[in-house]
Amino acid sequence: MSSEKPPLLEIRELTKTFGSVISLSGVSTTVRAGEVTCVLGDNGAGKSTLIKILSGVHRPDGGELLMDGKPVQLGNPRAALDAGIATVYQDLAMVPLMAIWRNFFLGSEPTKGWGPFRRFDRQRALETTRRELGDMGIDIRDPDQPVGTLSGGERQSVAIARAVHFGARLLILDEPTSALGVKQAGVVLRYIAAARDKGLGVIFITHNPHHAYPIGDRFLLLNRGKSLGDLAKSEISLAELTRLMAGGAELEELAHELERDPSTGEKTATP
Amino acid sequence: MTSATLTGAGDERVARVGLVKRLLLKPELGSLIGAVLVFGFFAALSDVFRSARGVANWLDPASSLGIMAVAVALLMIGGHFDLSAGVQTGTAAITSGLLTTYYGVNTWVALLLSLLLCLAIGFINGYLVVRTKLPSFIITLGTFLMLQGLNLGVTKLVTNTVVVSNFNQIVGYDVLKAIFASEVTIAGASFQIAILWWIVATVLGSWVLLRTRFGNWIFAVGGDLTAARNVGVPVQRTTIALFMTTSFAAWFIGTTQIVRLTSIQAQAGFGQELIYIVAAVIGGCLLTGGFGSVVGASIGALIFGMTSQGIVYAGWDADWFKFFLGAMLLLAVLANQYIRRFAEQSRR
Repeated sequence: MSSEKPPLLEIRELTKTFGSVISLSGVSTTVRAGEVTCVLGDNGAGKSTLIKILSGVHRPDGGELLMDGKPVQLGNPRAALDAGIATVYQDLAMVPLMAIWRNFFLGSEPTKGWGPFRRFDRQRALETTRRELGDMGIDIRDPDQPVGTLSGGERQSVAIARAVHFGARLLILDEPTSALGVKQAGVVLRYIAAARDKGLGVIFITHNPHHAYPIGDRFLLLNRGKSLGDLAKSEISLAELTRLMAGGAELEELAHELERDPSTGEKTATP
Repeated sequence: MTSATLTGAGDERVARVGLVKRLLLKPELGSLIGAVLVFGFFAALSDVFRSARGVANWLDPASSLGIMAVAVALLMIGGHFDLSAGVQTGTAAITSGLLTTYYGVNTWVALLLSLLLCLAIGFINGYLVVRTKLPSFIITLGTFLMLQGLNLGVTKLVTNTVVVSNFNQIVGYDVLKAIFASEVTIAGASFQIAILWWIVATVLGSWVLLRTRFGNWIFAVGGDLTAARNVGVPVQRTTIALFMTTSFAAWFIGTTQIVRLTSIQAQAGFGQELIYIVAAVIGGCLLTGGFGSVVGASIGALIFGMTSQGIVYAGWDADWFKFFLGAMLLLAVLANQYIRRFAEQSRR
């Protein structure tokens, strides 16, 4: 945690409105290289809007973004990619019927030869895929197998490895663990750690504090477009995070409600 | 724990994806087996079928179908159909024929104009598909019907008949004949040069599909359009290029036909578009795109050629041909379905 160096990304008082709907209002946080910043929030908290601003899909109405201490404008997705911000979406941007190595380089295929003989450098693609996945600790049985034969967690991992290979400095992961089982989620968390250890800054979006807490260095909590807190790990415990995440007082109220309402005689969900 | 199981069992799991399953994932395997069976079947029934003359005879229909099947297979792997492909062969031949024999346009200029016309049709097909995002099936059904009407209407208007003839009297016909319709005698049988062009088209198409960036984009565009766009594949350019490739093949085949026959019927090519698709599907192309093989499509065309001639050599009524073709198509589709399920299944 070198406090002298400016953070990789600093978000200052970001605001975004869609018509009369305030999606984000005055949200700030920082992401440092080699650290994971978790963005937590329930549905409709503004997580998606934040990602879309960071990946260049939307433009903020107020506030600023600083990379390495300098203000940046991310006018379109290409600009975000050029700035080194890679977003791994839930839909993954992978073609199930294609081999892993073909997917890995899709859109950025290495070529060799000249003129009409310029061709896809398959050997290099295969070797690079194998090496990059290996570096991330991802063991793929065979880079030639279709992506469709991989499990959800493995696909996420390949997508992360691809972003790392193509020079991402900041990785945005949009709920990478939400659709996964417990084991698979563990695998993905491990790869997030691997990307972090390679020196990337990571923004990890989730609504599961149990996934966020072990890996996060900083936590941004969003609720209805507002920041509930932007805290370093030392400033918050898992229990507190869970409480805040679930809306704090709201959850307590809900707990009371559930306790007080066994009138039907059925068992109620216990917190 | 998960990482331990992941890394520890690496080698053993490579072995588990056995040779048989690996082969099954090759889209052309089914058609290859089919071709061997069909050849064996007719070769056993008829001596002529396996003679040099017989081979030349069944390679001939296979070659002109095969050249189209290569282009159509690429288009199908890219996720689209072109129902106007058949009728475009007629459009190309009629345009070249009318321009030269009725309007006295220089042969090479006429050929160039008909080529440009076909490429323009392909561009319009592709452009409409990527712009409207409507199924290519419906867009090209529209151009198919329009071209069908145009071919007939214009031919009747200019010639007062439904045929464009006397193509052998144009300047430079000898050169055209040498390029598009010369014959080579091997072992006492004359083989059409179209067979050579078919092989060239297959090798070139397969190379592009498997060994170039563009080929990777074809698979991606047909396999998952959104994913392809997200990673920066020029989706629209790829799709339009595929339609134009099909149109180029149609021009080539149309030209071959008018040079060979020296005349062309206004209805030439009607209904052929479905045969191209049949060949591509027998060759392992999925109707939904994203998977298939150029070599497979060529083998599909070969099966078509062998069956159409084999039935004649076997002394059966030619009506049985359609039955065979249909049965083969069904078998191929069922096999493809199984392969796709295997390829997409997750091994959690």
